[in-house]
This record gives sequence, C-alpha cells and structure tokens, in this order.
Amino acid sequence: MSDYLILSGVLFAIGALGVLVRRNALIVFMSIELMLNAVNLAFVSFARQLNDMTGQVIVFFVLVVAAAEVVVGLAIIVNIFRTKETVDIDDIDLLRG
Amino acid sequence: MGPLWVVLAITAVKSLVVIVALLTAFAYMTWLERRLVSRFQVRIGPNRVGPFGLLQPVADGIKLFFKEDFMPSGADRALYFIAPGLAMVTAFTAFAVIPFGPPEVKLWGVPLLQIANPNAGILFILAVSSIGLYGIILGGWSSNSKYPLLGALRSSAQMISYELGVGLTLVSVILLSGTLQLPQIVEQQTLTWFGFLPRWNIFVIPVGPLAFLLFLIGATAETNRAPFDLPESEQELTAGYHTEYGGMKFAAFFVAEYVNLVTASAVAVTLFFGGWDGPFVDQVPLLGVLWFIAKVFAFVFFFIWLRATLPRVRYDQLMDLGWKLLVPLAILNLAITSAIVLIWPSLGGG
Amino acid sequence: MRSVLFWILALAAVGSSLTMITRSKPVHSAIAFLGTLVSLAGLFLLLYAQFVAILQIVIYAGAILVLFLFVIMLLHARSGEGSVEKLRLQRPLAIVLSLALLAGVSFLFLQAGLSEAPTPAAGMGTAEEVGKTLFDHFILPFEVASVLLLAGILGAVVLSKKESWS
Repeated sequence: MSDYLILSGVLFAIGALGVLVRRNALIVFMSIELMLNAVNLAFVSFARQLNDMTGQVIVFFVLVVAAAEVVVGLAIIVNIFRTKETVDIDDIDLLRG
Repeated sequence: MGPLWVVLAITAVKSLVVIVALLTAFAYMTWLERRLVSRFQVRIGPNRVGPFGLLQPVADGIKLFFKEDFMPSGADRALYFIAPGLAMVTAFTAFAVIPFGPPEVKLWGVPLLQIANPNAGILFILAVSSIGLYGIILGGWSSNSKYPLLGALRSSAQMISYELGVGLTLVSVILLSGTLQLPQIVEQQTLTWFGFLPRWNIFVIPVGPLAFLLFLIGATAETNRAPFDLPESEQELTAGYHTEYGGMKFAAFFVAEYVNLVTASAVAVTLFFGGWDGPFVDQVPLLGVLWFIAKVFAFVFFFIWLRATLPRVRYDQLMDLGWKLLVPLAILNLAITSAIVLIWPSLGGG
Repeated sequence: MRSVLFWILALAAVGSSLTMITRSKPVHSAIAFLGTLVSLAGLFLLLYAQFVAILQIVIYAGAILVLFLFVIMLLHARSGEGSVEKLRLQRPLAIVLSLALLAGVSFLFLQAGLSEAPTPAAGMGTAEEVGKTLFDHFILPFEVASVLLLAGILGAVVLSKKESWS
C-alpha cells in the first residue's frame, strides 16, 4: 500500500519543483494542479487502506476547488497578459498595476 | 465467468469485431451521405465506381492511402502526428460501453453483445469523448495555420458549452432509470405500459420527449454536424481543424467524425428508444442486434437529412442556443423529472 | 497483474509529470499533464475508485485542461519565458528543496508501516457508494462547494470583462 503513497509523494515533489523552477505562469499553474492530483492519489489510497469511502468523497471536493481555482486563476493570467504582454512571473513583480 | 485469460481473449475478439464493423459502417456512411445529400439536392452523386457507386469508398480509401504524407512548415511535429490518432482511438473507445444486444447471450459467462459494462456507464462515454476533443484541438493548433487554429478554438468552446447541456440532460435519464449502466437502462425500457406500449424513455411524457430533443441538439453540436459544423465550416474556414491534413492522417479524422456520429446515434437509441428492444427479442435474443442496427441506421439517416436541410447557424447564435436555451431547459427538465420520480418512485429504478 | 499495472501507470505518471515541468512550450506541458491525469485515473481504478477515476477524466481532462489549452492558444506565440534567469541559485536550490520534501514525506509514509490493503468492501467506489457517503455525511460541504463554484464563475466573468462598469 505504501507504494501508492510514495508515488503520490513523488508526484507532489515534482509539482513543487515545477512551481519553484518554472517562470511561465501557465506551467506554474499546471504544477499546482499536479500537486492537487498527488494529494488526490493519497486520499484514494487511504480510502482503500481504511476501507472507507470518505477518502474518495474528499477527492470530489478537491476537484471542485481545483475547478474554481483554475477558472479564476486563468482569468487573472489573461488579465495580466492583456496589460503586461507577458506571462513570465519574473516580469510581474510590481504590486501596483 | 471463466479464467482471466478467457475473459481477455473474448473481449479482444469482441473489440476487433466491433472495430471492423464500425470501419465498414464508416466506409458506407460516407457513400450513403454523398448519395443521399445528392438526392436531396436533386443531383445523382457518386455512381461510377461499381454498381450504384458502391465501390466508391474502396476507391477513396486507396486514393487516401497513396497520397503524399506531407507536413505544413512550422508544424509541431509530435502533436501533428498524435492528434488524428487520438481522435480516432477515442472515437472507437466510446463505443465500448454500448450494449447492442440482450445480455443473456453469453459465452463462458461473458456477455457477448457489449464490450464492457463499467459501473459508471454513461459517464464513461462523456469521459472518452472529452479526451477525443484533444484530437481536434491539437490537430488545429499543431498545424501552425490560421484556419485550423480558428476551427480548433471554435470546436473547444462549442464542445465544452454543449457538453454541459448534454450532461444535464443525461442526468434526467439517469434519474428515470436509477442506474448509470447502459444494459440496465435498456432492460428497464423493455417493460411495457398497459401491456402493449413499450416503456421507452421517449414515451415518458412530458420529460422524455424534451430530454430527447435536448440530447439530439446537443449531440449534433458535439459531433460537429451541420447545422452546428462551425469548427469546419467550409465557406469560412476552408476545412477547419483538419485543413492542413492529408492522406491517412486526414482519413483518421474522417473516421473519428463518422464513428462519433454512430456512437451518438447509438447512445440516443440506447437511452431513449429502448436500445435492442423490439418484437420477438424474447424468443430470439440475437434479433436484438438487428433492431439495434436498424434504429441506429434511422438516426444516421436523420443526421444526414438534417445536414441537407438546415443552414449553418452563426457562432453567436450557437452559443446563445447552448447557454441560454439548452442549459436552462435541461435544468427545468431535470427538476420536473426529479419531481416525477419523487411522486412515482416505481418509475425510477430505485 | 495488479502490481505490473501499478508499475506501468506509476512510471507513466512520473515520466509525464517530469515532461510537463521541463517543456518550454506550454502546449507540450499541457499534453504531458493530460498523460499524468489519465495514468492517475488508471491508478484510481486499481484502488477500487471507479467513479472517482471517471470524474477525474471528465472534470480534469474534459474541462480544466481544455480551459488551459484554450488560454494557451489565446495567448499563443508570446506566452514563453524570458531567457534571463534572475536568481542564479534558484534551480539547484529548488531541486534540493523538493528532494528534501520527498524524503520527508516518504519517511512519514514508511514510518506508518502500512500493512497489505484489506479486501475491499462490496461495491466500493461505485457511483452508489460515493453518492451515499456524499449525501449522508457531507451534505453541507456539498452545498458550500456549489456556492464556491458560483463564486468562481462570477469571479471569472468579472475579471475577464474588458472594461469595468465604473
């Protein structure tokens, strides 16, 4: 059973690496999604281990949060691109618009 | 059920038979569509190759096979190759959950007339068709050309919008049947009312016909058929997302399109017209396959008829129809269905 | 059989996610991510979570990632990264940090000393079971989730309006 959990840890670490290394806002965003997915895998593994459906139902809520997050996040990225003509997060370092 | 390898072997054979059948259906649908549209437009259509032009699909296939395999300059090599394959594979995969005959026909305990029966049934079709969308998007994007890109953008927006309406409509059918699995949905429709009227979902007044209408509109849009064929509208976008494709890769897109049409028809038949249900199926189970094919054929004919009859809508009209009419009506239909199932629980499966 | 499938899917998931964070073109990343999502759905199937696996494909691959692709195509050519690396130590440090994270997490999981998984309960992971758990124990979170989605929709509409109403 721990092989599934280790795999979810590996995927989470890869996602974190993506967030830390990449500067393209879209790919950073996808890496965050990858981390959410890794957590989903851990939830489903625990559901299997404990023979309890709660773990699978939590995945449903993670999916909802991910959907809402992506919708708003992508709208923000598009807005930034409209004003600054870039999605490189190093270029978006000003707090004023 | 027999041992694992027996099940796997039977499944492989079933899949092979279905794929060959679908490919044959595809070949003759292209012929049928050209002949029929010609008739609708008072032309004759392809009649040179073989009697009634029946060998036309073979000639077309040979032509496409020997065409030069080119690639537009600046195209994204890997994605340009993946896209048509993805479109074709997912089109075939979606058909896997459709029952084309009664489940009693078995070999070593494995039902022969359906490839697979997952618990999530209908949702599987939605899932696979949503992956099929990537074939179209990637095909359009990787060609590095403006018409395909526009086609891909239109297609993705259109399919996401209509998937919502179709999904909501499917929920009301699921409520009526009380299950997601397609064989059970068909099984329920084999019952009768007053001993003679089949209990097909289309006859569940008033929600059945409305759900069917919504599903039909949504399915037409999802399969990119006229009058919703904006992703490939010839007059504006040359050929839309597959403008830059030729030879076998174009053929793959073409196959995907027609197989999707067959799948959409088969889903409509399964959900609303009792699937393989028909007279004398109880006595001769294999007769169900014939009924099923006949019903699917009727739908394919209907879609061709639709294409020859209706003009293409504008893109804003398409979006208005999807979001302002289809989705609200689907929600309304869902509410009525829930109320009906609540009042007469015997109607639902649960 | 199961462990062979697990290894294939696990390698596919890790490989495609590594591909995702290393490609320079966002479209390639998105397609690699599609691979990760599909292999994760396969892993869910191995864990008796059929309904969640299908949801994963329908929602993630069918809606979320398509939205990503849509935005990538809208921003098209100019959506790359600048070539200048502003922080010199960023890359090595990031790798060290994620490896440390991985080591910590793996240590915790191994520490827990999980035994073999029990035989799954009848009907585990089917739509019926998910529905029962969801509506028996999580009805309030379910409603809150719908409000969250509504907020997301409104937020997206407000943000992507070209000019504000003021």
